Amino acid sequence: MKKTQNVLIKGTKDGLILHLDDQCSYEDLKKELLDKLTENQRVHKDYPLITVSFKIGNRYLTDEQKEELRTLIRQEKNLVVGNIDSNVLTKTEVEKMMKEEEIVSVARIVRSGQVLEATGDLLLIGDVNPGGKVVAGGNIYVMGALRGIAHAGVYGNQDAVISASVMKPSQIRISDVITRAPDVFLDDDKREMECAYIGENGQIMIDRLQVLMHLRPNLNRLEGGH
Amino acid sequence: MGEAIVITSGKGGVGKTTTSANIGTALALQGKRVCLVDTDIGLRNLDVIMGLENRIIYDLVDVVEGRCKIHQALVKDKRFEDLLYLLPAAQTSDKTAVTPEQMKELVDSLKQDYDYVIIDCPAGIEHGYRNAVAGADKAIVVTTPEVSAVRDADRIIGLLEKEENVEPPKLVINRIRSHMMKNGDMLDVDEITTHLSIDLIGIVADDDEVIKASNHGEPIALNPNSKASIAYRNIARRILGESVPLQPLDEVQGGVFSKLKKFFGVK
Ligand SMILES: Nc1ncnc2c1ncn2[C@@H]1O[C@H](COP(=O)(O)OP(=O)(O)O)[C@@H](O)[C@H]1O
Ligand SMILES: [Mg+2]
Repeated sequence: MKKTQNVLIKGTKDGLILHLDDQCSYEDLKKELLDKLTENQRVHKDYPLITVSFKIGNRYLTDEQKEELRTLIRQEKNLVVGNIDSNVLTKTEVEKMMKEEEIVSVARIVRSGQVLEATGDLLLIGDVNPGGKVVAGGNIYVMGALRGIAHAGVYGNQDAVISASVMKPSQIRISDVITRAPDVFLDDDKREMECAYIGENGQIMIDRLQVLMHLRPNLNRLEGGH
Repeated sequence: MGEAIVITSGKGGVGKTTTSANIGTALALQGKRVCLVDTDIGLRNLDVIMGLENRIIYDLVDVVEGRCKIHQALVKDKRFEDLLYLLPAAQTSDKTAVTPEQMKELVDSLKQDYDYVIIDCPAGIEHGYRNAVAGADKAIVVTTPEVSAVRDADRIIGLLEKEENVEPPKLVINRIRSHMMKNGDMLDVDEITTHLSIDLIGIVADDDEVIKASNHGEPIALNPNSKASIAYRNIARRILGESVPLQPLDEVQGGVFSKLKKFFGVK
């Protein structure tokens, strides 16, 4: 009765990759996976830990189903679960991704006590006054003076950057790294056209805007052109 | 139909009540019918600065709770021929005795009879502030050249910008000491206006005469010879739509000599 295989196991230097057929039923898949795992058990007995990742093609798995697969793997002593890679995204996931990619532009002044938030990048045409706060999932670009708090990469993006025409923040946060401003900005300290990013030492660095093109080439979204 | 202007600041003691009294007086001097409304329930003092304390019979809370008609509670300023009136705040009641809806209704009915309703707002951003702003068409934010006052002004401006019925607020910088500003010991006018980025409608010097006049119940605006009085009168003229240039800092306080020096490039 059995014809083609629904579960193909491939060994790579990063561990095992299980290619799961995306046409058969989930139940068949599960059954075959279980069989294969018991079959191969002996072979791996004395091996060190091996990472198992899934490639599930055009199949959509619910969170419960994913968890079921992970449990099957975990039951084997020397196997650990890697990621589950699918070609399929739900609408909500896509919307979230698009939002995170999006640049939201806002023309206003963020005043003391106010908070302005964006899921993706934030382009503020105006100032952030002391006591005001701007927060973004992505990068923050302030076309005016940044004198309050800016928090970029709030969901954990360590590559996020903050730039401002006048960089005199009271505090800067990128992902979970925080830096506080010097206690006073001297009057002749213009702090014009600067950017903030997490440097190689894991600390927030402030530098000329122009360093970003080298440090964060992925800020370029323009395709083609010269 | 007149218009209602709320005088607010966030921080206490920066000169809201002084500004309300003097703008009201200066508008009346220009022949406008003005009603001053003190919304600082429990801490009223607009009546004291105006020298009208002894004539109070009813107050704002009495009107709102129906114990009297509006006209019974209004105190007339006898220095003017039927132009300037005060609706005093209650001294005893609880702040929450009045709701924003009631205030709006009250201010709307005053606007029928007066050219300007000037609302003196209590400090803070709570209930009293919401009451004071409820019926306003315009707002004037008062600050002093101090970091904490400017910070609170910024907070208040942010709140005012959310009020759909209130026009973008205008700024008064009060208690300017020109020598401190020039020495950089105080925020200067430019710094404050760029920080707050709203239109400046007037600057007023720190002037002992203001305090003396208030203590006598005679707002300084009645005295034609003081710098502060001219400043308040200029604010009134700007409210009336005249374009009066700002007094140069040196004229706000002190003589014209330092200005001449500047003109000739002498430090
Ligand atoms: N321009 C000024 N020069 C000197 N003193 C002033 C000036 N403006 C206000 N004051 C004084 O500052 C104090 C607080 O003013 P007030 O108007 O009662 O403030 P607020 O209503 O904002 O609490 C008062 O003693 C007042 O006389
Ligand atoms: Mg007051």
